Amino acid sequence: MGLLSDPHCRRALSRLVLRLNTPLCTLSYVAGLGWFLALAFQPLAPRTYMSENAMGSTMVEEQFLFGERALSYAREFAGHKKKAGGMPVAWLEKTMWNLGLEVHRQPFSRTLPFPDETRERYMVKGTNVYGILRAPRAASTESLVLSVPCSEGPHNNQAVGLMLALASYFRGQIYWAKDIIFLVNEHDLLGMEAWLEAYHDVNITEVRSSGTLGRAGAIQAAIALELSSDVITSFDVAVEGLNGQLPNLDLLNLFHAFCQKNGLLCTIQGKLQRSDWDSLPAYAHSLQTLLLMVLAQASGRPHGDHGLFLRYRIEAITLRGINSFRQYKYDMTTVGKTLEGMFRKLNNLLERLHQSYFFYLLPSLSRFVSIGVYMPAFGFLILESRPGLLALVPPLLICHAAGLALYFLPVLGQHVATQHFPVSESEAVVLTVIAIYVAGMALPHNTHRVLAGGGSDRGWMTLKLLALLYLAVQLGCLALLNFSLGFLLAATMVPAAAAVQPNGPKVLLAVLLVLATPAVTLLLGIFLQRELVEAPAAVAEGWQLFLAAVAEGLLQHHLYGSLLFPFLALCAYPCWLLLWNVLFWK
Amino acid sequence: MLAALLLPLLLAAGPGRAGAGRERRDALREELLLSPLPAGDVAATFQFRTRWDADLQRGAVSHYRLFPKALGRLVAALGVRELHLALTQGFWRTQAWGQPPLQAPAGAELWVWFQPTVTDVDKAWKELSNILSGIFCASLNFIDSTNTVTPTASFKPLGLANGTDHHLLRYAVLPREVVCTENLTPWKKLLPCGSKAGLAVLLKAERLFHSSYHSQAVHIRPVCRDASCLAVSWELRQTLTVVFDTFSSGQGKKDWSLFKMFSRTLTDACPLASQSKVYVDISPKNKEKELLEVTPPPVSVHEAIVQGDKRTYAVYDLLSPSLFNTSRSLNVQLKWKRPQDSSELPTPVLHAQRYVSGYGLQTGEISTLIYNTHPYRAFPVILLETVPWYLRLYVHTLTIVTKGKENKPSYIHYQPAQDRRRPHLLEMLIQLPANSVTKITIQFERALLKWTEYTPDPNHGFYVSSSVLSALVPSVIAMKDMDVEQSPLFTSLFPSSDGSSYFVRLYTEPLLVNLPTPDFSMPYNVICLTCTVVAVCYGSFYNLLTRTFHVEEPSRGGLAKRLANIIRKFRGVPPL
Repeated sequence: MGLLSDPHCRRALSRLVLRLNTPLCTLSYVAGLGWFLALAFQPLAPRTYMSENAMGSTMVEEQFLFGERALSYAREFAGHKKKAGGMPVAWLEKTMWNLGLEVHRQPFSRTLPFPDETRERYMVKGTNVYGILRAPRAASTESLVLSVPCSEGPHNNQAVGLMLALASYFRGQIYWAKDIIFLVNEHDLLGMEAWLEAYHDVNITEVRSSGTLGRAGAIQAAIALELSSDVITSFDVAVEGLNGQLPNLDLLNLFHAFCQKNGLLCTIQGKLQRSDWDSLPAYAHSLQTLLLMVLAQASGRPHGDHGLFLRYRIEAITLRGINSFRQYKYDMTTVGKTLEGMFRKLNNLLERLHQSYFFYLLPSLSRFVSIGVYMPAFGFLILESRPGLLALVPPLLICHAAGLALYFLPVLGQHVATQHFPVSESEAVVLTVIAIYVAGMALPHNTHRVLAGGGSDRGWMTLKLLALLYLAVQLGCLALLNFSLGFLLAATMVPAAAAVQPNGPKVLLAVLLVLATPAVTLLLGIFLQRELVEAPAAVAEGWQLFLAAVAEGLLQHHLYGSLLFPFLALCAYPCWLLLWNVLFWK
Repeated sequence: MLAALLLPLLLAAGPGRAGAGRERRDALREELLLSPLPAGDVAATFQFRTRWDADLQRGAVSHYRLFPKALGRLVAALGVRELHLALTQGFWRTQAWGQPPLQAPAGAELWVWFQPTVTDVDKAWKELSNILSGIFCASLNFIDSTNTVTPTASFKPLGLANGTDHHLLRYAVLPREVVCTENLTPWKKLLPCGSKAGLAVLLKAERLFHSSYHSQAVHIRPVCRDASCLAVSWELRQTLTVVFDTFSSGQGKKDWSLFKMFSRTLTDACPLASQSKVYVDISPKNKEKELLEVTPPPVSVHEAIVQGDKRTYAVYDLLSPSLFNTSRSLNVQLKWKRPQDSSELPTPVLHAQRYVSGYGLQTGEISTLIYNTHPYRAFPVILLETVPWYLRLYVHTLTIVTKGKENKPSYIHYQPAQDRRRPHLLEMLIQLPANSVTKITIQFERALLKWTEYTPDPNHGFYVSSSVLSALVPSVIAMKDMDVEQSPLFTSLFPSSDGSSYFVRLYTEPLLVNLPTPDFSMPYNVICLTCTVVAVCYGSFYNLLTRTFHVEEPSRGGLAKRLANIIRKFRGVPPL
């Protein structure tokens, strides 16, 4: 107590902090990075455990034996899909009806803000088909969802087959307490978004859908399934959802428990878990997994159909069947048993999944790092102890105007751009983004000189203080919502932000600052990600990926309401411009 | 009033005709209706009607024969004029199963009309629900002022009534109530034959709860004793509706038999019953083709107009000796001649759907869709919504839209909720144009409860009970006025007003709404954290803010001055 109230002591303390400012800053930055690296060290990450009693203690004996039926459904589906040249709506409806489900269809259409070149779509029309298994003696207040995207080409036929086989088996059982919705959605995420919006009767994006919908109360959990081969060697699970939201850890534990029970190999981020932990390669392996998860989460992109459920507080994961060159293959029966087990345990739930963690990082499937453990890493990073506001108004305004321009102009100006330049719409949008981004750096940053009192040392110091505080608040808020993104931005932006000042080696600082800009972070992130999945990208390819990622980010925002692009355009970029301003104060 | 006039008459007739009179004075009719539903399931509706030509209200009755004493004394003691209790597990899917003969909301529903002589209706209601809770082993004692409402238009007395002052009505639904064998057993015990003989032998709990829908009900009401309606009789109807899922039990085949459904067959009628019949709905679904086949071939066929539709019923009279001539037991079987298509499903004229829209834990919207599929007739419907107080309805957001246009209700009764005391009550009379969908939405805010007010499993969510739709649906075929005593029981619970329309009461799905829920392990953490914050931050700040700072004067001549001061003190002079 006396430490703060005693003026002598206080003075001594603040003098100490001021004198040791630079070493303290560096130390805390290094400590932050070190802490983060230590997270991947296995003994520091506790084992995952099932928190939900309703799922933990009950035993389930799976009796699904209809792998062959699943494959025959899959073949039939493939045939009809080929014939229809898309989703065989009528066949699906008839099949589901014959299985004893209540069948509904939902046609939807969506015009993209600009053409999506990677998936080749602009005006999208599709139909979702779903069947509801009504639980006996239940009043349709709760439900579970098994969703399968119907993609173009031969993908996912087996998933549809397995879903139908499961539906036919589930229909004969009497223990269901929650309705089960079997959904086949067309145009993957677009269809999913359309269905979710229609089910919850909201209109967030501009999807238009019609038809009367059958509903089954509040959805408690969802599993998205992707399978493209008759046998699989392992299951990969995707957890990262829209805006880096994660499902409750219990759902992941459930999946892991059933994989272990049925002897299935399961991976996360495509990485198998290593049995040893005390060797250096094992550490590198889990660090790799962790970093991949951080990158995936930071992208704010839904990594599977499950990602869109999370907004509606529906816990969901995507399971991908992988068929690689491993020796042991598992047939549809084993896969079906795993799903059956998961659904039966979810059916036992009394409450929503809420017991376990919502904020975590996974260095492997069986170990997790909880929010309490990873937050200090971030805390150390942004720990920055540094000490006439009218002069600051113009730069602030200009920086935010640049941000607004970055947010609005690309999509609005695409038609103008295509008329005057020989580029396609999506290229126009991406290039406009980059152009505005770069142009922001060249804006007149000396407006403060117009006003009296500007131009002094005090002026830039205040501006820098403001920029740093702004950055700290932004990153602090962000890290609570999406730790990975916050951490990556902090790791790159903080050193440059701390070092920047108008009187110093200007060129060096400018280079440092440019390296720290979010766009470069994105570029570096892409290279790092390719490096981690052991498929390094060349410079040209990396650039192409970068352009694609920018377009993707914009589309994600308009189609699913992802917040990454608006955050970067409206918050992070203006903040960075303020720092740029500081650098060129004189 | 009528009863008062008649009482002396009865007493005069009493002693002389005791032997013969008792047979006439109370009568039991039992009936089972088996109807194949459009989607292929089978609904079995049992009705047991005990009619007693006595006036329970007078309290003069002491000898009970067929009428259960527990209920009779309840009616007499608490001044009940009409009582309707339904315990339901599951939800009647109107769209797939068509209009039910008797629908009930999921959970427990109780509505009661009291006699005008009852002074404190709320007290009688409280007492009644507690007694019924004991009789039926149900949690009806959870009925309190927070879930009781007094509807003004939706519920009219079904029996004889003079005056419908709705202050005598109480209505409550417990959507969370789970119905199981413990509720069935006391219900069965009220039957004159128990489950020993008659149709009640089929009531095997194990099978009844192996179904898609189970609803049991008790209706007590006063009725006219005869056509001239000069005297009052009391009627007790015990009904039980079960829907069997023939699809899952028959491996995809939808054929059924009594034995398959109940794992029993019928061997005799209840000896106390004056009528015991089994009806099977064999009306052709479409004109040209007969789809079903019943065995054994029925002795007689009954034609009736039920819910605006001409129906044909095969009748098996258990009291007729010819029925058990050929075989010792009756096992009604039904076979489908060919499988159905989804396109053949008829849509009921009136059906509804309700759901919660929106996401997040702050606000939400309750949406109700009401369908009128009648090709050319519009009709009005009364909608009753009861919403618990912890969903704060924004009445200004109430919108009713039909075919893209606003639909103004011709009658609205809204009673706002009071926190922890009473629920919202919203009653509206809405005109449904022909062939239309009407969407009714109202927004709400989720209240933050006190932490002791949460149920033991708060993350499960909170239930909002079904809303009630009451309508007079125009009938395609003109209906004849039937004699209630002669017609089958399933057609006669609701009084038909005239020949051109029939009464339908529908219930929508109950809703499950999540409220913002604290983490209940949190209080400990919060206490620790708050204490730390208070101690460290607040404490030191407070210290800094309230301390008065003095410029410290350098002390000069320490010891000498102190000594001088002591001396001055003794002398009574102020110190230096």
